[in-house]
Amino acid sequence: MSFTGHLFLGLLEGGVSGLVIALTAMGLSLVFGVMRIVNVAHGEFFMLGAVFAWYFSSLTGSFYPALVAAPISVALVALLADRFILRPIRYAPEPTIVATIGLLYILQQLVLTFYGPYARPVAAPIYFRVDFPWFGYSGYKLVVAALAALLLAALWLVVTRTRLGLYMRATQQDREIAQAFGVPTERVYAAAFALGAVLAAIAGVLIVPVQQAHYLMGLDALLLSFMAVIIGGVGSLTGTLVAALFIGLIDGVMSVFFTPTLAKIVASLLVAFVLVLKPMGLFGEDRL
Amino acid sequence: MGPVSPLLETVNLEKWFGGLRAVHSVDFRLERGEIRAIIGPNGAGKTTFVSMICGRIPPTSGRVIFKGREITRVPAHARVGLGIAYTFQLVSIFRNLTVYENVALAVQRRLVRHSLDAIKDNPRALTAEVEGALAEVEFSPPDDRPAGTLAHGHQRLLEVAMALALHPELLILDEPTQGLAPEEIAGLGALIRRITGNVTVLLIEHNMEVVLGLSQRVTVMNWGDIIAEGTPQEIEANPEVQRVYLGQ
Amino acid sequence: MTVRVQSGEGAALAHANRLVWGVHLAVAALLLLLQFVLPPFHHGMLARIMVLASYAIGYNLLLGYTGLMSLGHAMFFAAGMYGTGLTVYYLGFGALPAIVTGLLASIAVALVIGWITLRTTGVSFLIVTMMFAQAFFLATLYFNRITGGDQGLVLAGRLPPLHLGPLTLNLAQPGVKYNVALVVFTACVLLGLWLVRSPAGRVLVAIRENEERARLIGYNTFHYKWLTLTISGAVSGLAGSTYTLLFSYLGSSFASILYSIYPLLWTLVGGVGTIIGPLVGATMMTYVVDITSGYTTAYLIVVGAALVILIMRFPQGIMGAVRARWPQWVP
Repeated sequence: MSFTGHLFLGLLEGGVSGLVIALTAMGLSLVFGVMRIVNVAHGEFFMLGAVFAWYFSSLTGSFYPALVAAPISVALVALLADRFILRPIRYAPEPTIVATIGLLYILQQLVLTFYGPYARPVAAPIYFRVDFPWFGYSGYKLVVAALAALLLAALWLVVTRTRLGLYMRATQQDREIAQAFGVPTERVYAAAFALGAVLAAIAGVLIVPVQQAHYLMGLDALLLSFMAVIIGGVGSLTGTLVAALFIGLIDGVMSVFFTPTLAKIVASLLVAFVLVLKPMGLFGEDRL
Repeated sequence: MGPVSPLLETVNLEKWFGGLRAVHSVDFRLERGEIRAIIGPNGAGKTTFVSMICGRIPPTSGRVIFKGREITRVPAHARVGLGIAYTFQLVSIFRNLTVYENVALAVQRRLVRHSLDAIKDNPRALTAEVEGALAEVEFSPPDDRPAGTLAHGHQRLLEVAMALALHPELLILDEPTQGLAPEEIAGLGALIRRITGNVTVLLIEHNMEVVLGLSQRVTVMNWGDIIAEGTPQEIEANPEVQRVYLGQ
Repeated sequence: MTVRVQSGEGAALAHANRLVWGVHLAVAALLLLLQFVLPPFHHGMLARIMVLASYAIGYNLLLGYTGLMSLGHAMFFAAGMYGTGLTVYYLGFGALPAIVTGLLASIAVALVIGWITLRTTGVSFLIVTMMFAQAFFLATLYFNRITGGDQGLVLAGRLPPLHLGPLTLNLAQPGVKYNVALVVFTACVLLGLWLVRSPAGRVLVAIRENEERARLIGYNTFHYKWLTLTISGAVSGLAGSTYTLLFSYLGSSFASILYSIYPLLWTLVGGVGTIIGPLVGATMMTYVVDITSGYTTAYLIVVGAALVILIMRFPQGIMGAVRARWPQWVP
């Protein structure tokens, strides 16, 4: 295949994974924006989405029930975590990180116990090929990209046009004032945390026919969403979206030409340096 | 030879916060041995101005000159070594440490020249110096409770003792009488009078009685500018000052 | 008047001083005696635990005495491990020069990482240290031709015996292992004690309590934090270096995020801001993990559950507990 072909493949793969990263990262960004916490277990919600998708589709023999049931199950897990772990520690920044690291291991190891160390595939619900001059491409991946884009648009509507969105934006601005104006901030927190988890879970469900479900798949999802949120600037959903697409494209192109390990080294250092050099981008509001 | 340089001088000192100009191109001189008060309404830029002198806040432009040497880019901790001490508008002490530890930290800073040398220590000299610093402000701590549990006036006195333990040449006090009882204010005034001679005092103050009774000269700020400067009597008589500040 | 209060405090301090050193030396003496009564399995476990506790002491110097929570200490532990292990493996270094190279490697890493990361605080510091450690971990995988990557390298048979004057020590012998671990552990305890009770330690507490006030009574707070992070990294590196010598193995897993979380966990279990706490924490968690891994491959669930339970047991959060515990100067 020619260089142009490779590049085009890289861009296409990158664009698709960029949209999937965007879904996951939006969840993280939403949770940080509204609740001011860093959820280290966010990648596990992605993983749970994929694993539940495998479970429900092998239970029912069809992918479509899983598309609904898996995110709902993950939302329940998130609600439980919010109620019994995060609320008792009052969402304090550093303790929340320690607690969500704990949650990460609990979820990951529970999946290892009940699901096992296997990578299991789920058949794509639809199968067709799109032919490009250099190669044929999975139509399902393009459907995934389109669905992700639709969901992102829906999220935008929820945040800007609904009462829940209004409550979330008010809580983000100033929790106490929002509370004084009758916003049920505890329920807004729970809703934001669950919605964040659902976004990650849907991304996990959509990706499972392409990537297979495995109990360790949450870590990469976490790193990539971290990057998107930090580079895009927290609280800014638009920034996260742009950064996620950018990261997806870079990652797609780089993994065609370089080894994934090297790409991840560069990515980790990039996140670290952005945070050091532009601290205002991420946690600045809390600092000054 | 030329005229003796002032202890402190600022040239075109200016501070912007985003699009807001907090301090406007201020030229300011402070002579050795003075007690100078800065007055002005809330939001006049007084705290921002003295914060640029002690190094807490970097200026947007302009220069700070101390003892004839430009210190605009000298970090705050090094300015303490040069002889500038600062007490905060809201009392800032080590609340969970004892009074002794609080003062010892200030004394220790003066006894050692370089941060790594702090490993060497002389406990006896340290204790003597701490006692001396507390005696200077006439404060005997009730016991070794955490300093944060002391009464407000005692916390203020402790902060002044810490500042004096640094043996500063310039002591900047940001609203030192705020929240103090009348007799405590009188005590603080007496203390300030006692230490001048060795120490030049620059204080931000709202209490006009204190200002008029204590300071030799008064600087008035409004909207980030110095609008008047003179003896307390001149300031009292100045019609513009009366308009923006005294006569409100 | 003040004199009475101060001299009373002086006497109390001197008494507390003797007590603190006494308690720590008693713990070291107890560990010295334990080797004669412990059955072989626990004897070996305790040797490993003492090395891991040394690592936790290094970690705790930073968390307990400056309030900075790092999630990247595995890179210092692993720098010591690779600095020692690689020179033994490829250059045939003996134990002592290899420990020196390990220490130098960890100090170098800590100096550079500290200089960069200490510009951040709080949650940002946590994430930045984690990202650097992740890059370090991935680098040990990427250069697997040298490091052995995940498989790691085995040093057995490559390490010449250690000659100390008339003594010839074979580090593969259990008795030697135990006592070398004890010496390293005691050295770390004493170093930690000396640091936090020195005038520099007083400044570190001041920085943790009120950094701006510390700066405005003239302390270069960045330098103090940098110094602490470097000592913390060096102690962690010494532990990594000792680990590789005593257990003849080095591998990427010791650079992974899990090994950055472990010292945090041990410190939380044992008590933040204490010197002996990490030993208690490392002992408990190492046994718990060891026992659990006998029953299930998912033994890390214990780590997760412990983190959640510990954090929830401190109602004011870790930092509150740090502050509440400090003034008593307990071990």
